[in-house]
Amino acid sequence: MSPAGTGASTTLADAASGDERLLRRSPLHRLMGRPELGSVVGAVAVFVFFACVAEPFLRASSLSTVLYASSTIGIMAVPVALLMIGGEFDLSAGVMVVSSALISSMFSYQMTANTWVGVGVSLLVTLAIGFFNGFLLTRTKLPSFIITLGTFFMLTGLNLGFTKLISGTVSTKTIADMEGFDSARAVFASHLTLGGVDIQITILWWLVLVAVATWILLRTRVGNWIFAVGGGDDAARAVGVPVVKTKIGLYMGVALAAWISGQHLLFSYDAIQSGDGVGNEFLYIIAAVVGGCLMTGGYGSAIGSAVGAFIFGMTSKGIVYAQWNPDWFKFFLGAMLLLATLLNAWVRKRAEEKA
Amino acid sequence: MTALVELADVSKFYGNVKALEGVSLEVHAGEITCVLGDNGAGKSTLIKIIAGLHQHDAGTFTIDGEETRLVNPRDALDRGIATVYQDLAVVPLMPVWRNFFLGSEPTLGRGPFRRLDVRTMRETTRSELLRMGIDLRDVDQPIGTLSGGERQCVAIARAVYFGAKVLVLDEPTAALGVKQSGVVLKYVAAARDAGLGVVLITHNPHHAYLVGDRFVLLKRGAMAGSHARSEISLEELTRQMAGGSELEQLSHELAREAPGEFPGGHRPG
Repeated sequence: MSPAGTGASTTLADAASGDERLLRRSPLHRLMGRPELGSVVGAVAVFVFFACVAEPFLRASSLSTVLYASSTIGIMAVPVALLMIGGEFDLSAGVMVVSSALISSMFSYQMTANTWVGVGVSLLVTLAIGFFNGFLLTRTKLPSFIITLGTFFMLTGLNLGFTKLISGTVSTKTIADMEGFDSARAVFASHLTLGGVDIQITILWWLVLVAVATWILLRTRVGNWIFAVGGGDDAARAVGVPVVKTKIGLYMGVALAAWISGQHLLFSYDAIQSGDGVGNEFLYIIAAVVGGCLMTGGYGSAIGSAVGAFIFGMTSKGIVYAQWNPDWFKFFLGAMLLLATLLNAWVRKRAEEKA
Repeated sequence: MTALVELADVSKFYGNVKALEGVSLEVHAGEITCVLGDNGAGKSTLIKIIAGLHQHDAGTFTIDGEETRLVNPRDALDRGIATVYQDLAVVPLMPVWRNFFLGSEPTLGRGPFRRLDVRTMRETTRSELLRMGIDLRDVDQPIGTLSGGERQCVAIARAVYFGAKVLVLDEPTAALGVKQSGVVLKYVAAARDAGLGVVLITHNPHHAYLVGDRFVLLKRGAMAGSHARSEISLEELTRQMAGGSELEQLSHELAREAPGEFPGGHRPG
């Protein structure tokens, strides 16, 4: 099967010179084409800014505080970024974290079971919520904005309703004295000291998730499918990509991270406020978008989402170190989102012109 | 010789709308079967049945002499039928090499370490495109940055590489200029010479006649004619395609309106 066999030798010779062209242009061009470039530039700018205006910002202990704040958002930003690359949103992600913590806590407490049983049940139920989101989306073909807005309100109501029904108050009972609490805390909410710096375990969870997500995106078939369903799902379907499974899997990925975040919440505070979590879904989306994810899907990276979360951590804590009124934080967050999106658009345009 | 693909009296209904009625066609190895029709003639429906996106409601669909009903596009691909759509089924933002292997990615390793064979993917993409005479500076560039003709050739090269026995092309020249159309038709002919059976869907009888061995004409969802190349001339094909007597009527009307033909003649006013 050799169509167009004529002229093969000349084109092969061209190929060799083509490769050399490639080597000369490639490094800068590759860098410019990376989705996370804009966010890295932004992160450096934010870092330099706070290093100048807030003297305590550069201390090692501040760094660990900043990293901790970043990791609590970053853990969720990773699967949310993957989902956005896959062309969908999840507005229920914020309250799903709290749902996951509530299920774990209340199941253990009511059944007087080992806390690990609650953790396991919570994992199953949270994954089921993720599956529900994905299943409904692929079945109804409604926009994910609507589907997950629906589950967002449903979960918010369920969180409050069930907690009041079972505990009688809006927060859960403490489970700190229950069997398995200490080992679960060690996994989800401990901290270790590295070279005199306090490292929260969520930072490790975060880094592992970023590494795994990057591996999946860039080096596996599933990663190829995620880009494809986001960049053109009709085309993906036509060449045999399992679009429905990929999308459901992405929602279950969000649920898995919500479970990790939820367990962290539970085992670091041991009692959960059932009304928490509302609004956090936007922080995850901001981290993903600042990190270079395209709102329309098909483009982005997990590392970018980590950089986005780091910008969030630096800003939220930097304002405190600079001794400013933290009321201004949300303004900065919004301005950052706009700036980052503009920067990303500009960088991408430049990259495409060079191509 | 048995046909690679044979449709006999195939019909498709969407509710009470007849999208396709009683259409028959044959695809043989090393031959190009052209399906001609105006907009709304049922070309898209026909292609979707052959590609496995839709199932036919009546008639028989035979692959390699075996009657069949395709479940989905994957099923069609597994049976050796590759379809290149008008939108080319490529994802514009993805690199050329990822698009080339999309849905059929080669992997290395097992279990959690199963990973894309990136080196093979890049090199194969490069060499397969070179064979088609396309020298890409960078297989990492998003496929959306290629020209329409190049994208069309990537899609054809992909189908050929994945061992398609039957290549279905949906309006491959519709959005292209004259020169690029020529390039694409050359690759269609090259695919035929490689022994593939080709179904070429088009509304351009000139392009069809350049490469076609058989011509099936569709009109309003029904078959308006089926000819071997030896049985029909380009003029006749064009005439039938354009609606035969309707066209004569139209040219008559247009001629009357044309200025200068009848100076000071029948113009009203």
